[in-house]
Amino acid sequence: MAREYETVIGLEVHVELATKTKIFCGCTTAFGGAPNTHTCPVCTGMPGSLPVLNKQVVEYAMAVGLATNCNITRHCKFDRKNYFYPDNPQNYQISQLYLPICRDGYVEIETEEGSKRVGIHEIHMEEDAGKLIHDEDTNCSLVDYNRSGVPLIEIVSEPDMRSAEEVIAYLEKLRLIIQYLGASDCKLQEGSMRADVNLSVREVGAKEYGTRTEMKNLNSFRAIARAIAGERSRQIALLEAGEAVIQETRRWDDAKETSYAMRSKEDAQDYRYFPDPDLTPVYISDAWIEEVKGRQPELRTEKMKRYKEEFDIPDYDIEIITGSKHMADIFEACVAICNQPKKVSNWLMVETLRLLKEKEMDPEDIRFSPENLAKLIGLTEQKVINSTVAKEVFEVMFDSDVDPEKYVEEKGLRTVNDEGALRKTIEEVIAANPQSVEDYKNGKDKAIGFLVGQTMKAMKGKADPASVNALLKELLNS
Amino acid sequence: MANIIDDATIDYVGILAKLALSDEEKEQAKKDMGRMLDYIDKLGELDTEGVEPMTHLFPVQNVFREDVVTNGDDRDSMLKNAPGEKNGMFVVPKTIG
Repeated sequence: MAREYETVIGLEVHVELATKTKIFCGCTTAFGGAPNTHTCPVCTGMPGSLPVLNKQVVEYAMAVGLATNCNITRHCKFDRKNYFYPDNPQNYQISQLYLPICRDGYVEIETEEGSKRVGIHEIHMEEDAGKLIHDEDTNCSLVDYNRSGVPLIEIVSEPDMRSAEEVIAYLEKLRLIIQYLGASDCKLQEGSMRADVNLSVREVGAKEYGTRTEMKNLNSFRAIARAIAGERSRQIALLEAGEAVIQETRRWDDAKETSYAMRSKEDAQDYRYFPDPDLTPVYISDAWIEEVKGRQPELRTEKMKRYKEEFDIPDYDIEIITGSKHMADIFEACVAICNQPKKVSNWLMVETLRLLKEKEMDPEDIRFSPENLAKLIGLTEQKVINSTVAKEVFEVMFDSDVDPEKYVEEKGLRTVNDEGALRKTIEEVIAANPQSVEDYKNGKDKAIGFLVGQTMKAMKGKADPASVNALLKELLNS
Repeated sequence: MANIIDDATIDYVGILAKLALSDEEKEQAKKDMGRMLDYIDKLGELDTEGVEPMTHLFPVQNVFREDVVTNGDDRDSMLKNAPGEKNGMFVVPKTIG
């Protein structure tokens, strides 16, 4: 009988914090600067430079720890992790090994079997590395240290996950918590959230864990799911063939759907950590924890509860809208202006989701402003434009956040409310379509739909369908 | 000398420190390292019962910066210390990811 295997997964998640400056110097963390224009002696590792800790980094790390039920380490400090690699200019990374800022937390995830807890072993603060670019001309590597020293937190889970679905639920949960806290935008594709997967397999019922491997370079949920499936099969094949799994770091190649070992055995992984003498210890008092707790914004579960009480919109809408902090922000800001929660929710749930899917975008990428959405809702409410025109305007607004009021004026999209003009057009349509008029009079109600359509066409879409309908009936029945 | 450093250890430390040592240098390094460890061992003789673990040399804590950008673009100065420069970047030996 074939043996059955269980997959055991733990994650190391790196999150780039949303600070304005780097963790140990006053250089900007802004994206997109020319190479090395966001650097100084500290983040390029010049001898004699002195790192000084950014207080906001500690507060973001505490906020994430508190929101994930961790204990905050009152006395914590930084250590040097020593290794040679040119993206790391000091030849050590400043990190936390012995006294990480947060420990022993958990988050709840929803699985098919119900709610499940994933333990968080620790969260520590550390600095990011620079970027290496290979130069074909000289066969050398070029280094850009703009990202060197950007603050990261690393969230280390317990090996509590058993499937790709659980891993993705855990990541989604973390992402939402951190986005709601404003501690990071958590974009996998852009690298502001990165997950390394530690995976081992064991026979179902076994007590001991198998030997694990660590997989890197996973920059989408799909890549993570595929890498988990691939690594599980690779390890099972080894065990079935009577071979051993080697503890190693592997790099996932999503295009080839395969992984390969990143470091050879000769490269010792001996980081010789020791306390960083340049940085003073951090003492976190009860008062400081309370202060950070007091500033903690409304998290998703609280927001969902409040929406249920305040707005008359379906639970499903609430779940989707609060599923993205950015979308929830737009919803609330827009409702604050127009006081039409159901209408705002409809625009988000129908047209916005449709366009996001069509353009393969995330809700975080929504660019239109709540002010403009409120204006668009106002235009339809006041029947300045009809719903078909509103959808067209919305598409333009979705792409370039145009002001719908100005756009409608510029493009001449106002509904024609001139009854004389409408009456004239309808009379022409009636005259041109005697068969449909005949059908209508013989009790075929559907015929009126055709006549409304013809009228709308003649009016170039700029008529209010309800008025057209009413006037048509009036003229046909007269 | 209580601590004897063997060849395997000194070779391993050499790899970690990226140092290529000649045979004579290795012998000297073995002796130096043994003496250093002997010196460290002396600390173990101290009675530390009831002494709070020390995490830093100075009794200072919570030295912070506010999250405010204070540095501008000083790339030219930074690159002055580079082993080589190209397109505003540091040139280093080819490194495979």
